Order: sequence, then structure tokens, then C-alpha cells
Amino acid sequence: MHNHKLMARAIALAFLLPAAAQANDSDEMEKLRGELQEMKKTYESRIQSLESRLNQTETIANGADKKADDAAVQASAKPTSSNAFNPDISLILSGTLANRSQDSNYHITGFQAGGEIGPGSRGFSLGESELGVYANVDDKFYGGLNLALAPDNTIGVEEAFIQTTSLPGALTVKAGRFFSSIGYLNEQHAHTWDFVDNPLAYQAFLGNQFGDDGVQLKWLAPTDLFVELGAELSRGRIADTAGRDKNGGSAGSVFAHVGGDVGASSSWRAGLSYLTASTENRQSNDLDATDANVINSFTGNSKVWIADAVWKWAPNGNASNTSVKLQGEYLHRNEDGSLNTDNYSASQDGWYVQGVYKFLPNWRTGLRYDQLNSGSVNYGANTANLVNTDYDPSRISWMLDYNPSEFSRVRLQLSQDKSRQEATDNQVFIQYQMSLGAHGAHKY
Amino acid sequence: MKQFIQVIALSIFLMASQAANAALNIFACEPEWGALAQELGGDKVTVFSATNALQDVHHIEAKPSLVAHLRKADLLVCTGSELEIGWLPVLLRQAGNEKVLAGKPANFEAAHYVRMLEVPTRLDRADGDVHPGGNPHIQTDPRNIGKVAEALAQRLAEVDAANATFYQGRYKDFDQRWQNAIKRWQAEAAPLKGISIVVQHKGFPYLEDWLGLKEITTLEPKPGVEPTSAHLVEVLAQLQHQPAKMVIRAAYNSDRPSQWLSERAKIPAVALPFTVGGSERAKDLFSLFDDTIQRLLEASK
Repeated sequence: MHNHKLMARAIALAFLLPAAAQANDSDEMEKLRGELQEMKKTYESRIQSLESRLNQTETIANGADKKADDAAVQASAKPTSSNAFNPDISLILSGTLANRSQDSNYHITGFQAGGEIGPGSRGFSLGESELGVYANVDDKFYGGLNLALAPDNTIGVEEAFIQTTSLPGALTVKAGRFFSSIGYLNEQHAHTWDFVDNPLAYQAFLGNQFGDDGVQLKWLAPTDLFVELGAELSRGRIADTAGRDKNGGSAGSVFAHVGGDVGASSSWRAGLSYLTASTENRQSNDLDATDANVINSFTGNSKVWIADAVWKWAPNGNASNTSVKLQGEYLHRNEDGSLNTDNYSASQDGWYVQGVYKFLPNWRTGLRYDQLNSGSVNYGANTANLVNTDYDPSRISWMLDYNPSEFSRVRLQLSQDKSRQEATDNQVFIQYQMSLGAHGAHKY
Repeated sequence: MKQFIQVIALSIFLMASQAANAALNIFACEPEWGALAQELGGDKVTVFSATNALQDVHHIEAKPSLVAHLRKADLLVCTGSELEIGWLPVLLRQAGNEKVLAGKPANFEAAHYVRMLEVPTRLDRADGDVHPGGNPHIQTDPRNIGKVAEALAQRLAEVDAANATFYQGRYKDFDQRWQNAIKRWQAEAAPLKGISIVVQHKGFPYLEDWLGLKEITTLEPKPGVEPTSAHLVEVLAQLQHQPAKMVIRAAYNSDRPSQWLSERAKIPAVALPFTVGGSERAKDLFSLFDDTIQRLLEASK
């Protein structure tokens, strides 16, 4: 609007000027001069206001730039998936090819083991594939489920637990089915093992691995040294038994773990654990005095002590190219009860030591030695069928694995297994383990 | 037994009261954030750095010592963008420290405060170690550190409100020195603009973005996958028709692949400190960039 007026005046002035020059009337000149002055003023003030408006616009534009920058930062940080609330799902695919010099009629001479133990069947098998689903439940709980898919098309619930996340004083309560925190290896899932199978002592005394339905209380001390204390109360489903149908728990354990660093290159953890279980009808394969296969059933009390230690080394703590891991555990078991129908008591122990050496970025090799000590066994009236033997089962295993990434592994393992007094089993395993889905973080 | 309980109770009480008097415990996932927290927190904070410059932060053991330190932490300062996904979640679950869980004020992720580069458009593990949130190695651009400093100072003031003005004061001082230093570095690094480089791991997109370096290729065939000899030969062939000035690696990387290329392509191999402590000279954030620029300039001569 203003612009139109100004334009009109300017055009008018342009036409008027020559006329004004011809006019000698000084009044007219004065008038025109005054008008010109006024116009100049108007222009100047308009230019000024335009300049200030330009400045304002620039400031606003700068602000918008900053906002856009902030928005870009925010946008780049936001997850874009619509399934963001779905839990972490991870699938472990595992398969094994086993070649062994003995049949699969496995037992450990002189040990009433029970559970799913031994080197498994020969030939190709699916191994233990696992499906895990984990997530925070809310601000108070974390929960997870881990299913084991067995080669015989059965699904086992390995873990199904909830865990508190916000109790004060670094207390954690876990409930449901979970692997007990006793020892070092017990809590670790099969796909994180350094060998195809678990140590003989775990197979003989814990039915391979002790997972149970119950509750666990854990406390971490507020010290620079890692000190973790815990206790568990559970149903007593040890070594494939059903657990007892009674009020309260049939198994209980306490454990303490300490750990720390030595310089930047070494770290360690050591622990002491005690497990007591009231076991009912634990079935174990055995040979009787006539070398016939029998299945023994144990009912009674079983007490296990475990001492464990692990030490890891990598130059400056950088395990990308080179690392060494040494671990060992000692297990002692006292049992008192009945075997089949007669009294039975035993005091036996076993241990293993193993070392794993990463010698190239993707390659590791490891050596493990297993030993069980027959200890003292009293078969009571069963002595007629079962004979005491002072045979000490042992096994030596060597492995080489290739890990193209942290999600895949192919392994070769050679073992000489002397679990059975009558039959030394030379074993060759080729195994793959792959992990799909959520990026699993591994325990120490 | 009663005496034992008394002793335990007393020692817990003593430890708790000690903790109450002590400075703010900061658990830094990486040395650069530890150094930054120290700059901003001064004597009001105690900083523990979970990793050092010679370690690959993608792959860290969830060591007992880390669990123990995280349990006592009042503030967790990490990069985020899934850089620590292989170990931090385990530590958090084991430490039982509610304060520093993800989403709480005391859980600070630096990557939230900068513009992320190399955000993948496709998520597939076949592409190597990709980070859905973008390349997490944000600390190689000092302008990012400036932005994170501002956010971290605010977070410190929020977590430790009693010392809020102290942190703001230290931030103002730091920011002034930092912005001046950035100007100085940019002036010094002007000759580096536009030069072509080869990197071992995709750890430097932010440095490249800042200084205008041109990354031609990487020694790792895919992010996080160790260089193979076949791939190195390809890189060498590529350099025949697309020459580069230097090959760059971080202090924690093995020096073998870059040495191999350096000898054959006749270009210098440069080990950059990558973070505080990555070289003898990189003792703090300022000397980290002094050293980085100097090493790049020397190699480009």
C-alpha cells in the first residue's frame, strides 16, 4: 500500500521536475525542495526499518538453523523401528558332528551321576540350539526366557526368570527357573562354553549343569574389590529329577565370588559355593558286577562344595589379537541316602583345569584336563550287585576354534574320554555355534 | 554370631557414610569422557575410566572390577549408539545400581548430543559391525566434544544439584579454552583439507568431516572384520589409480595391516591416539588434538 503511494509520488516528481526547472517561481522551488527533503526522510526511515527487519529475520533464521540442528541431533539419536518395545530376541543355532570309538551307552564308573550327561549321540545332531527372549518388564523388573531345542524335537525350558532391577543397596532378587550361580561354569549357557561339553566333575556331581525353580538373593559389596554374596532356595530339580512335592525348598545354596584386576592386562575371579539338595529318584546308568547295564535310583541328601577360579590375560586388556584364559574348579560331593532299596553313602571329588589361548584375531585353541577321584563309597547291601572300584575317571580334550565374527564359531575338538573303566572313548567333534538377533553380551 | 553381625553392620554403615561424604563417583566407559568429566567436575568428582586407549571398546570383558566400580557410580558417562552393547548391559544387570540404569538422569550417553554420521539405511550383520544409531566414534571431532561438554555440564548440575554453579562455572571456562583451541587446530590443519586417506577401521568419519579429509577406503573389509590379505591386496590395487597420502589407524588397532600397506604403497602409516592416553603426548583432551593434528601434518609433508 505504502509502496504504491511512494511509487506514485516518485513518478509524479519525475514529471514535475522539468516543469519546476522551467518555472521561475521561487516559492514553487521552495515547495519542491521541502517535498524532496520530506521524501528523503521518508526513504531513510523506511530503509532503516527495512534494515532492522532484515536483522530480525536473520536472527530468527539463525534460531531456526539451531533448532534444525538440534532436531537433526535428536532425530539421529532416535530409534526408528516400530517394534521398539519388542524384547531382545536371540537365537543360537548349534550343530555337532560326533565321531567316537565307543557306543553311546555312557556312564561314569563308580559315580552315581544322573541327568543328561555324556558326549551325546554319534553322527550329525542338532546340538543344543537355544532361543532367548529378554527385556525389562518395567522400571522394577527384568525378565527372560531361554528355550533349549533338543535334537529329539523336544523343547526344554532352560531359564524363565524375573529379576529385580531397582532394589536398594545393590540387592538383586531373581525368581523362576534359572541356572544357579554356584561355581564358575554353572551359570554359563552352552554356547559360551570353550569346549563342546562340560567338565566331567559337572557331569558327575551336578547332572551337567544345575538349573532349578526357586529364588535367589544376591548382594554386591560397595568395595573396589568385587565381592558378591548370594543364596538360593529351590525345588531341587537336580540331575533331571522332578524335585520334591513339599512345602518350601528341597535345595539350597550359598556362594561368594571375589574378583579384580592385576594391572591393565590381567583380571581374575574366584569363588566358593555350597549346595545341598534333597534328591528323590535320581537315575543313573551303571554297570553291575556282571557287567550288565543297570539304572540305579538314588534318594537322599547330596552336598556339593565348589571352589572355582578364573584368570584372564590380554596385552593392555585388548583381547582382539591375543588373550589367555585359565580356569579351574574343584567339586566335592558327599551323599547319604539309599541307592535302589539299600543304604548308600559316598564322598567323592573331581576337578578340571583348562586354558584357552587366542593366537590370531579369529583363532583360539584350548586344552582341558578332567579328573574324578573315586573317594570312598559305601553301597551297603547293594555290594552284591555293585562293586567298589578305585578307578579314577579322567579325560583330556583339545580344541581349536575359528570365530569369523563375535556371532559365529566353528570348532574342532578331540578328546580321550576315560569315564568308563572298560572303554576308552576317542572322540572327534566338529561343531558350529551361531548367534542371530539381539547382540548378546557375555558374562565374565 | 551377634558380634559378627555387628561388625558387618558397622562396616556397611562406615562404607555408606564414607560414600556420602565423598565426591561424585563417575564411571566413564571411555577415556575421552573420563577426561571431559574431570575437566568439568574438578575436585568435586572422582572419575573411573572403564577402558583405556589401547583397548577396542567394541570388545571389552565384563570384568568383576568393572561391576564393582559400576555399583558405586553416581553417574555413568558413555558414548552410546550401541558402542558398549557387548559389555555394558551385563555390567548394569550385575551391579544392581538402580541410579545409572538406562533412561535415568545418571545414565549419560554422549551420542544423543551430536549429529550422527554414517547412520545405516540397512541393518544386516552381513554388513559387519554396524551401529543402528550411526558411527559411534564421535570423539574424533572436537566440536562434538564441545557439544557433549555442554550437555554433560547440565547433567552434572542435575545429578549433583548442590554443586550446579560450580559445574557451570567450570564449563564456561572449559568451553572458552576449547573454542579457542578448535580455532587454533583448524588454522594449523588447513593444509590437510582435501587430502586422501585410507583408514584401518571406520573410526574417523567425524575427524574427516571436521578437517575435510577424504576417506578412500578401509583396511577392514567390513566394519569390525579383521583385515584379510586378499582385501589388502585389493586396497593396494585401488591405490594405484586412486592414490592416498597416508594410512591411518587408532592406537588400539594392530599395526600389521597398515604397516603392510605402508611399505607397499609407499605412504606413511599414522597411528592416531584416538582417545586420551592413546599416545605419550595425548594426556588430556587438549593434547589429544594437538598430537592428532601434528601427526597428520607430519605425515602429509
